[in-house]
Amino acid sequence: MYAETQIISSSENNPQLKEGQLVINVGPQHPATHGVLHLVITLEGETIVKIEPHLGYIHRSIEKMSESLSYRQFIYVTSRMDYLSAHINNLGCALCVEKGMQIEVPARAQAIRIIMSELTRIASHELWIGAMAMDLGAMTPFFYTFRERETINDIMEQTCGARLTMNYMVPGGVMYDLHPEFVTRVRAFITQFKDKVTELEDLVTNNIIFRNRTEGIGILSKEDAISFGCTGPVARASGVDGDIRKRFPYTGYEQLDFEQCLHQAGDSFARYIVRIREMYQSIRIIEQLIDQIPEGDFQAKTKAVIKLPKGEFYTRVETARGELGVYIISEGGTTPYRIKYRSPGFSNLSALDHMARGSKIGDLMATMGTLDLVIPDIDR
Amino acid sequence: MTKEEMITWILGIEPAATTDDTGEWLVVQVPVDKWKNFAACIHKGPPALDFLFCLTAVDWKTHLCVVYHLRSSRTDETMVVKVQLDRDKPQIDTVCDIWRTAEFHEREAFEMFGITFHQHPDLRKLILPDDFNGYPMRKDFEDPVNMIKL
Amino acid sequence: MFSFQQWAAQIHSFLLEKTGTYTLLIECIIIGILAISLFAILGLVLVLMERKVAAHIQIRMGPNRVGPAGMLQTVADTLKLLMKEGLVPRLADKFLFNLAPFLVMMVAMMLLAPIAFARGVQIWDINIGVLYITAVSSVSVIGVMMAGWSSNNKFAMLGAMRSGAQIVSYELSAGFSILCIVVLSGSLQISDIIASQESGWWLFRGHIPVLIAFVIYIIAVTAETNRAPFDLAEAESELTAGFHTEYSGMRFALFFLAEYINIFIVCALGATLFLGGWMPLHIAHWDGFNHLMDWIPSSVWFMGKTFFLIFLIMWFRWTFPRLRVDQLLNLEWKYLLPIGLLNLLLVTWIAIKGWHF
Repeated sequence: MYAETQIISSSENNPQLKEGQLVINVGPQHPATHGVLHLVITLEGETIVKIEPHLGYIHRSIEKMSESLSYRQFIYVTSRMDYLSAHINNLGCALCVEKGMQIEVPARAQAIRIIMSELTRIASHELWIGAMAMDLGAMTPFFYTFRERETINDIMEQTCGARLTMNYMVPGGVMYDLHPEFVTRVRAFITQFKDKVTELEDLVTNNIIFRNRTEGIGILSKEDAISFGCTGPVARASGVDGDIRKRFPYTGYEQLDFEQCLHQAGDSFARYIVRIREMYQSIRIIEQLIDQIPEGDFQAKTKAVIKLPKGEFYTRVETARGELGVYIISEGGTTPYRIKYRSPGFSNLSALDHMARGSKIGDLMATMGTLDLVIPDIDR
Repeated sequence: MTKEEMITWILGIEPAATTDDTGEWLVVQVPVDKWKNFAACIHKGPPALDFLFCLTAVDWKTHLCVVYHLRSSRTDETMVVKVQLDRDKPQIDTVCDIWRTAEFHEREAFEMFGITFHQHPDLRKLILPDDFNGYPMRKDFEDPVNMIKL
Repeated sequence: MFSFQQWAAQIHSFLLEKTGTYTLLIECIIIGILAISLFAILGLVLVLMERKVAAHIQIRMGPNRVGPAGMLQTVADTLKLLMKEGLVPRLADKFLFNLAPFLVMMVAMMLLAPIAFARGVQIWDINIGVLYITAVSSVSVIGVMMAGWSSNNKFAMLGAMRSGAQIVSYELSAGFSILCIVVLSGSLQISDIIASQESGWWLFRGHIPVLIAFVIYIIAVTAETNRAPFDLAEAESELTAGFHTEYSGMRFALFFLAEYINIFIVCALGATLFLGGWMPLHIAHWDGFNHLMDWIPSSVWFMGKTFFLIFLIMWFRWTFPRLRVDQLLNLEWKYLLPIGLLNLLLVTWIAIKGWHF
């Protein structure tokens, strides 16, 4: 139906290319892009001259769709954006609607929301470490990280009924109460995690080849990180203290004791270390809450049909990838007039060209891998 | 900087701007032709709004509105800047030389709303196919083949 | 004691009696059939072994449905590959594209000739056996380059170029390690090298320099056979599948098979040079112990050593990430090659002075 957007070309048939340069298409179906990201890369030998991302292979127009969905319905679509932090996406939208409705969320719901968010974050980082190691050619860490991820997925399945797109956060609280076994299973998971995470450190962190492949690769300076709008672990590895949970606390993060993981190096290894440390911090947060989940309602009483007053509402949450902004413009009806999702992956991706230019194609995988791109999150 | 100080400062550098401090954040409306200058000022000036965390456009049926959400990476000051554009021929200066993240966001606004960003280095379609007609995020967009409306 | 040598002699005399002048021809045919069936069996066993080793390292089960404990999985896979259509890209150089897998395969087959599988079981005991192996194994790079070039695919070409640079450079290090043993044993003939280890394997008799040579040899052959962590030629996250991106069906299977046969051959050579080939573990002057060891058939010794080395190489693959191109070449030219050269000098010194055990 559509014309080919880019034809594989070399300097012979493409006048824009210099002698000896060639263009390769990484993606849309390529083992390293974890989805349908399409990068058109100009190479000189094995050195990258330019990277052009071509997006849209999984663009579902979620923003436009949400304009005709009610305030209860549109939250479910957002699970499909950044599917690895589905809980946190839903939470962002729920918070935005609650902000418009001006309702108080019960303490129990807040605690559940935080625990779920942090479990999601650990699961997402676990998957990322496995996928990233696979990008660098090590298959085995993938299975080790998935063992922990599976445990989290089982916990999620018990309470939310789903393993990936949970749809658990609703305006006013959470959809169901916790499963009776939830607390014991989360405690068991914490023990398991602390026990097994050292295996990962032996296998990946202290591996000399992994160190050589990531240290000093894909450096993003602090100024560039700010200018490119990078958020999340990518920005924190460059020394930008932009953790939303710390700077603009939401849903009760201000009462918890945890650290923002910062690193100054800004290279791929720093991004890796930041994510590893973040998992420890998430465990710390869960430990503080899991023994004292308040009793009470898990959902505030809301009207069946939600109507937001006329106005603009913006909330931001920290997903596993960075800052997710939800911008709702309401005209007073039952559906939003305009919704904009500020997705973290989109801004992080824009820094890729800057970071990878001049490096080898092997380094691109280390750089792109540590950006932790989730393509549906970028395309929306 | 409190909101009042900010408003005085803004009106000092740009008398044509209108401000609204009723909401959570300070909202500033700037005319199109003054926008580029104003952007450079707020990026450099005392509030140092160096972090453009959201750039989008809204179709208000009578006109288009580009919304910039800005904050400072050092302090927590946040400002929302709105620029109104003519709906038939929307044109605005790019800010991707000031905030580099704007490059991708402006390309998205370009294909979704048809807004032309002057002096943008690479204003091509990013998400949509190259031969796509129409601007899907505008309110009057109808696609009989791939229905989006429910 | 059980030995293939007696069998071979019996068959030879039997054939000589019955057919007379055609004996050599018939023996050639028998050897050919045996070699091809060995190939097929080795391929199946090694692929299954790789999958089981990988599964064990990755805390999972591995193939366990086809046949007892999944033993027939690779047979099923081979059948599948045989049934598949072999596609040729439209703009590919068809002649070279079809030739490449056969060339790679032929090289792997030719390498089998001087390998001593057991006491007296050797197809061709050529007097320059080690030299023959190093020389012929270099030819496989031509097959790889041919495949990459003729596919008309940029990933394939990049992979082939990487592969060329890699194989050519790592051959030097492998060569120097092999030379160490040649210097110590004073012969290029495989049977002589094995015989020289009668009183103990070179790995144990040659002090630290031979240990270093052994380590360099293992690293170099891992690189030469394009195995992880040196699998840049087929780095799947960068170049999809490298030089065999465009191959499918049986042509792909030939590449796949050749890779495993090459692993077998380099490990067999490593076992022959450093671990005494089919020679049982002998310790000088311990006659009782030596006799006990002699009771284990020589073929078991050879296969045991070879498969131990294969396991080692598989273990590498499932543990390490991949190196980058420049790191790979740095490792060779800045570290392994100078160390190998110095090491060769040391070994020569030891050999001249007769300081080895």
